[in-house]
Amino acid sequence: MSVPGELEFFIDPNRCIGCQSCVQACSECDTHRGHSMIHLEFVERSLSTQTVPVVCMHCEQPTCAEVCPADAIKRTGDGVVQSARKPRCIACGNCVLACPFGVPELFAGPEIMMKCDMCYDRTSVGKKPMCATVCPSQALFFGTREQIRQMRPMSTPTNRFQFGNQTITTRVSVMTPRGPQTPRYVDVTAAMGERPAPRAVSLGVLPDTATSAHNASASPDPFAEVQV
Amino acid sequence: MATIPVDDQDIIRKFGPHLSTMTGVRLSTSVEPEKLVKTHCCFCGQQCGVQLKVRDNVVIGFEPWEEFPFNRGMLCPKGVKRYLQGSHPDRLVTAVRRDPSNPAGFSPMPYQEAIDKVAAEISRIQQKYGASAVGMLGGASLTTEKTYLLGKFARVCLKTPYIDYNGRLCMVSAGAANKKAFGIDRTTNPWSDMVGTEVIWVAGSNVAECSPITTNYIWQAREMGAKVIVQDPRITPIARTCDLFLPVKPGRDAALFAGVLNLMIENGWIDRDFIAAHTVGFEQVAEYCRQWTPAKTAEVTGVPEPSIRQAAEWWGKARTSFLFHARGIEHHSNGVQNALGTINLVLASGRIGKPKSGYGTIVGQANGQGGREHGQKCDQLPGWRDIANPEHRKYIASVWGVEEKDIPGPGVDAYEMFRKIDAGEIKGLISICFNPKVSLPDNNFITGCLDKLEFYVAIDFFLNDTAVHADVVLPGSLQEEDEGTVTQVEGRVIKINKAVDCPGEARQDWVIIQDIAKALGRPHGFTFNSPGEIFQELRRASKGGVADYSGITYEKIERHFGVFWPCYSEDPRTGKPIDDHPGTPRLFERGSYNPVAKGAGPFYFADGKARFNVAEYRVPVDDISDEYPYFLTTGRVVSQFLSGTQTRRIGPLVDQYPEPRIEIHPRLAQKLGIRDGDWTTAETRRAAMTLKAMVVTTIRPDTIFIPYHWAGKKSANQLTVAAQDPISKIPQYKVCGCRVRKADAPPDYAGKLEPQQ
Repeated sequence: MSVPGELEFFIDPNRCIGCQSCVQACSECDTHRGHSMIHLEFVERSLSTQTVPVVCMHCEQPTCAEVCPADAIKRTGDGVVQSARKPRCIACGNCVLACPFGVPELFAGPEIMMKCDMCYDRTSVGKKPMCATVCPSQALFFGTREQIRQMRPMSTPTNRFQFGNQTITTRVSVMTPRGPQTPRYVDVTAAMGERPAPRAVSLGVLPDTATSAHNASASPDPFAEVQV
Repeated sequence: MATIPVDDQDIIRKFGPHLSTMTGVRLSTSVEPEKLVKTHCCFCGQQCGVQLKVRDNVVIGFEPWEEFPFNRGMLCPKGVKRYLQGSHPDRLVTAVRRDPSNPAGFSPMPYQEAIDKVAAEISRIQQKYGASAVGMLGGASLTTEKTYLLGKFARVCLKTPYIDYNGRLCMVSAGAANKKAFGIDRTTNPWSDMVGTEVIWVAGSNVAECSPITTNYIWQAREMGAKVIVQDPRITPIARTCDLFLPVKPGRDAALFAGVLNLMIENGWIDRDFIAAHTVGFEQVAEYCRQWTPAKTAEVTGVPEPSIRQAAEWWGKARTSFLFHARGIEHHSNGVQNALGTINLVLASGRIGKPKSGYGTIVGQANGQGGREHGQKCDQLPGWRDIANPEHRKYIASVWGVEEKDIPGPGVDAYEMFRKIDAGEIKGLISICFNPKVSLPDNNFITGCLDKLEFYVAIDFFLNDTAVHADVVLPGSLQEEDEGTVTQVEGRVIKINKAVDCPGEARQDWVIIQDIAKALGRPHGFTFNSPGEIFQELRRASKGGVADYSGITYEKIERHFGVFWPCYSEDPRTGKPIDDHPGTPRLFERGSYNPVAKGAGPFYFADGKARFNVAEYRVPVDDISDEYPYFLTTGRVVSQFLSGTQTRRIGPLVDQYPEPRIEIHPRLAQKLGIRDGDWTTAETRRAAMTLKAMVVTTIRPDTIFIPYHWAGKKSANQLTVAAQDPISKIPQYKVCGCRVRKADAPPDYAGKLEPQQ
C-alpha cells in the first residue's frame, strides 16, 4: 500500500476561511481519534481574517527525521513522512523544535510525537485525506497536478521554500500567484516581517491607488472615511 | 403557570448545557461501524450530504459522502462534529414536568401521563377562553412532513389561527419580496450554475461562516474569471479577498441599491428589451431612484462614491451574473425593501432564468425553504397557498376532509403572538424547534410573556433556554432519529434518513403531535403511521399550488440526489398524469411554462411578467443618536448554530469559539479606552450587557458586532430592538443604536458559568 505518485496535496491559503473544519475532521481519523494532527493559524487576527491551515509538508529531506536521535521518523517510498514510530520515539521534542513549518507536536499522555501522515490509512487506499475532503473552501485540495492546473488558472503550485540558508523541497505544494514565471521558491523568512492587509485585494477603483491596484500590501483602509 | 420553577443556575446544573466530547466507542480506533447511513447535516440550509457511522444504536462518527453533488464530501466544523449531539448527557429521555420541589426544577413523568396532562390543559384553556387562546410555534429545522403536520394540527385539531414559526426570524423578508416580484419564492438556479459567471454580488451574507460550502462555488467562479462584490459592514472571510468591498453602514442597503440602479439607468447599462418584454413597473422604480445621486448615496450608505460607481459599472456591463443576499439585508424593519432593491438590480440587468445568471437568498435553517411552503406560517396553507384565498381554502379542506369554513383565517407573526400572550389573549402555548427566549429581539420582554402563560408545553430533545418556563416538556427526536424530506438552499428536495432509534421514552415529533390529537379526542386526520404516509398526503395537498411537490417521491429523491420543486404529477400544459417529471432546477427560463402564467411568460403571474417594486430606503428604527452613537449589529460564528441548543452542547465546537465577544475597531476602542480582552459594556435603549472586547480592524469603526448564539446574560438579543418589517414582520436584528464603555467590573456570571452556559 502506498500513496499513488500522481496524487498530490495543494494548499491555497488565499482560499482559507478559518472555519477549522480541517482541524475538527482530523481528530475524527480512525488512527488517532480525538487528536488533531494539524492546526490552523490566524496570521494576525487584529488586522485580518487571514488564516492558514498547517498540515505536514512532507519534505524530501525531512528535518524532523534528520534531528531525531532515535531514528523514529521514516519517509516512505511514496514521499510521505510518517508519524513517529511508537517503539522508538523517546519524546525528546527535537523534531518539534527543528521543523521549519512548525508541524510535529508532542502528546503528553502517550509520550510520543504525532504528526500529519497525509491520512496514510485513507490515501494509501485511494481516498483523499480527511481534511482535504471536508475543506469547504478547498484551500486544501488533493488531486492531480493536471486537475489543479485546470481548476486554478490564477495560481500555480510551488514546493520549494527558503528558510534563511536552508532550501526545502516538499511533496505538498502551496499555491502562489500565476505569472509569466513560476517563482523559484517561497522565501518564508523574508515574508515573516510582512503584516497582513485588512483586505488582500486592494480597492483598485480609488483614483489615488489605481497605480497600486495589484499590490496587496498597499491595500487602502476601506474604513478610512468612517468617523468615530 | 409558566414561570421558572427554581433558580436558573440550578436548572443548568442538571439539564445543561453540558458538553459532549469524544469518549468510549467514539474515541476507539478499533471499533468498526455496523452501518453507514447516507443522510444530511442537521444544521444549516446548505444541507450537506454526510454518512453517519452507526453502532449499537449510537452514531459514533461520520464519513464524508463524496457522491452527493452539492457538497461532494465537504463539511463545515458543525457538520463534522454534529454527531456528538446524540447520546448526550443532557438528552431528555422522559417527559418532565415543572416541579418547584425538585432542586433541579423538573421531575420526570411517564410519557402517556404527560400527553394526557397536555391534552387536559389545552381543553381546559380552549373551553374557558375559546380555541384561539392556544397558540403554536414551529420551526424551520423540522422536516417538511413535520411542518405540514403542525400546520394541519393547529388548524384542524386545535382550530386556532395562531401558528407561526422561527422562519419568521430568517426567511420572510426574502419570501415576501420574491412573492411580490416573481410570484414564486425560491432561489432561481442550482449553485453549479455559478461557475463561469462574470460577476457575483454578495449582499449581506457572511458566506464563509454561515453557509461555508457556498464558499467553494464562489471561489471556483472567481478562478474562472468572476469578479466578486461583497457588501457588508465587516470584512468577513469572504470579503477579505473580494474584488470590490462595499463597507455599507448598517441599515442603509436599500439606498445603495437605488444609487447603483440610478447609475445603471443613467449610463444605459440596463436591458431595455428584457424590461419591456418581461417586466412591469420599471418607470416608477426609475423615478424613485433618480434622487439617489452618487453623492447622496455615498453620504447615506457610507460607501465611497468611486466604489458605488465601480459596482454599478461591473454589475451594469456584465453579461452573466449572480446576486445573493442573506440576513444581512433581510434582518431589518426595511428588510422586504432591501430584498426588492436587489431584485430590481437583477431585473434591470435582464440576467435571470439563464444557465450562468441567477438570483437567490441563502437560506439559514436546514429547511428554511421547505419549512416556509407547507402551512406552519400564519398566513399560509400547503403548496405555498394563501389561507385567505377561498379557492385555496376549499382545496385544502377537501384534502383534509373538513369544511372550508372550519379552517381558521390568518394568524399573526411569532413576535405578535408574544404580544398577544402579554395582552392575555393567548393563554396556552405549544412550541417545538424554537427557542424564542434566545432568538427573539428584546428578549427580556419575551421572558415576561412566558411567565404570563397559564400553560406552556415544549417539545424538544434538550431542555432549551425557553423550555425552562414550561409546565411540561415532551421528549422529542433528533434529526437522525427520524426520516423525512427537507428543501435546501437551491430548492432541491432531499431525504433525511433515520440512523438510530429515539432513546428512552423520547418519541418522533410527528408521533407526539398525533398522540396529543388523540388525547384531545380529535384524532381525525392524525393517524399517519410513518413520515412516508404524511408525505403522500403532502404531495396531494401541494398539488396545483405554486410549490407543487406532487411528482416527488422518496425513491425519486434518492435516485437523483434530490429533486427541485416544482415537480408535477400532472403535465401543467395538458393535465395528463406523468410520473417522470424531472423537477425544475432552473426557474424563469425563456419559453418555460408554469401553471400560473399558462404560457404567457416565464414568471409566476397571470401575464407571465416579473414586477419591479419601488424599494424605498427608510431610516432604521432606533437608529444611532447622540445618546446611542454607535451601530450594533449581530450575527453568527462558524462553529455555532442559531440559539445554540445543539451546538452549545458539543465540546469541540464550544472550544472553537467559547463565548460571545464584542468586535470593535481599534480606532473606536482607543477612543473609549478599551483594549483587546477588556470587559466591555454595550448598552441600548433596552438593556446592557458586558462581554470581553475583541479589537479588530475588520469592522466599521462606527459599528460593533456581537454573535447571538448564547443565552441569559450572554444573549445579544437582550439588546436588539423588536422593530419589525411592516410586510414580512422580520425583526431588525442587524442594526440599532448603542453606546459602549469599558465595564466597571466583570459580569456577575464570570467564574460561575461555563462558557456555553
